[in-house]
Amino acid sequence: MHYEWDFGFLWQYRGLIGIGIAYTVGFTLLTSVLGFLAGAVIALGRIAGRPWMAAPLVALMEVFRCTPVLVQLVWIYYALPVLVGVELSPAAAAVITLSLYGGAFYAEIIRGGIRGVEPGQWDAGRALGMTRAKLMRSVVLPQALRRMVPPLVNQTILQLKNTSLVSTLAVPDLLYQGQLITSATYRPLEVYTMVAVVYFAILLPLTQLARLLETRPSRVAA
Amino acid sequence: MVAVRGLRKRFGRLDVLKGIDLRVPRGGAVALIGPSGSGKSTLLRCINLLDTPDAGSVRVGDRRLDFDGRRRLPPDREMAAFRARAGMVFQGFNLFPHMSVIDNVMSGPVVVKGVKRDVARPMALSLLDRVGLAGKAGDHPASLSGGQKQRVAIARALAMEPEVMLFDEATSALDPKLVGEVLAVIRDLARGGMTTVLVTHEMAFARDVADRVAFMRDGVVVEEGPARQVIEDPREPATRTFLGHFHGGRSAPAAP
Ligand SMILES: Nc1ncnc2c1ncn2[C@@H]1O[C@H](COP(=O)(O)OP(=O)(O)O)[C@@H](O)[C@H]1O
Ligand SMILES: [Mg+2]
Repeated sequence: MHYEWDFGFLWQYRGLIGIGIAYTVGFTLLTSVLGFLAGAVIALGRIAGRPWMAAPLVALMEVFRCTPVLVQLVWIYYALPVLVGVELSPAAAAVITLSLYGGAFYAEIIRGGIRGVEPGQWDAGRALGMTRAKLMRSVVLPQALRRMVPPLVNQTILQLKNTSLVSTLAVPDLLYQGQLITSATYRPLEVYTMVAVVYFAILLPLTQLARLLETRPSRVAA
Repeated sequence: MVAVRGLRKRFGRLDVLKGIDLRVPRGGAVALIGPSGSGKSTLLRCINLLDTPDAGSVRVGDRRLDFDGRRRLPPDREMAAFRARAGMVFQGFNLFPHMSVIDNVMSGPVVVKGVKRDVARPMALSLLDRVGLAGKAGDHPASLSGGQKQRVAIARALAMEPEVMLFDEATSALDPKLVGEVLAVIRDLARGGMTTVLVTHEMAFARDVADRVAFMRDGVVVEEGPARQVIEDPREPATRTFLGHFHGGRSAPAAP
């Protein structure tokens, strides 16, 4: 079997590919930040909030952790608008889904990081007279964040890969643009190879960063 | 001064403090002794509200808080302000590992009181000097010995200019060689007029430094009196039995 590889034609689609990369990276950044915020709200609500706050947050989190993200995506795009009576653009549905999906996992990372701070640290801060907010900001979070960074980077890597699912809603991310180019050129081998290489080129530095952060001895900052 | 009245605390079904009365006059030093599990730590933690009393009252200086099961707790801000008036030193040091030594000592004034760093710094340095660690200001806690860590912890608590210092077995986690340097700091503080409540297993130290000693067992103060009398000539059989364990050689030497 012989196949003539020819990547040259991809150059004329550089505009489309660029848009795809921008969507993929943009969705990753946006949904990582929103997901982190959602995760922080869930984690702090569970740790510091009243007991009645915890139950709905846990329920929401488990729904997003225990269903496939593709199912969530189509459900939020097709079913949620019917339930609440608002139109959602594909991009909006994608942002909501990926943020909440990421948030469910970020929440556990944040909670684990906070729980990992020794009880003696809380005692020491409280004994000095710190309010809950000051204790969190000056004592607990700086220590928790240091442990959380490697798993947060890992989750963000998954977050970027998950953005490829938004192509099912015709959001023009990298994969969707690849599909477009394929249907115009009938050269799926080159196109999907290029798509894979781009994902790889973006993610390899991130995975290396995560590894670096994991092996780095816990450095103590002033 | 510190005054505790009718203090009760339970954890679930465990009655840990069964109505404690304790008074420490301004400038006084009281040592709490007693077997493990008798409630000494819980009493200290209730005095600065790390544990919330179920009933009774706690007074530190001119502020008093009353507790009963029904009343709502004071708001976080008020509890924090109350805690700021008592300095606490823990068995496990509990220094902040992400801060340098000087930042640990400054953390109370800077974070709690909002003092500017350049105002807090000289004060923190003089406290470090007072505990013999002026040269360690820029170091990280991880690089210190246990005795040095505990002295930093004492300086950190003092930086809040507390009305009372609470020491919970401050030397129990230390290498015996390092106990003396920490006891010396505590003794200087107590003799210098700092109101002090200290939980200790160092009986000779309690006798020498405290004005009064309270012996606790099973959540009650069994005997309370002048330090020398309670340690050397206890009235209660339970106190005598407890102290008997210490005459078999466990009685630690006083600080050098
Ligand atoms: N947070 C807690 N939850 C449940 N039980 C506790 C807690 N703190 C202390 N206790 C229990 O209360 C009792 C008294 O403990 P503690 O005050 O630490 O005694 P001591 O300091 O005299 O050794 C012990 O039985 C201990 O297990
Ligand atoms: Mg104890």
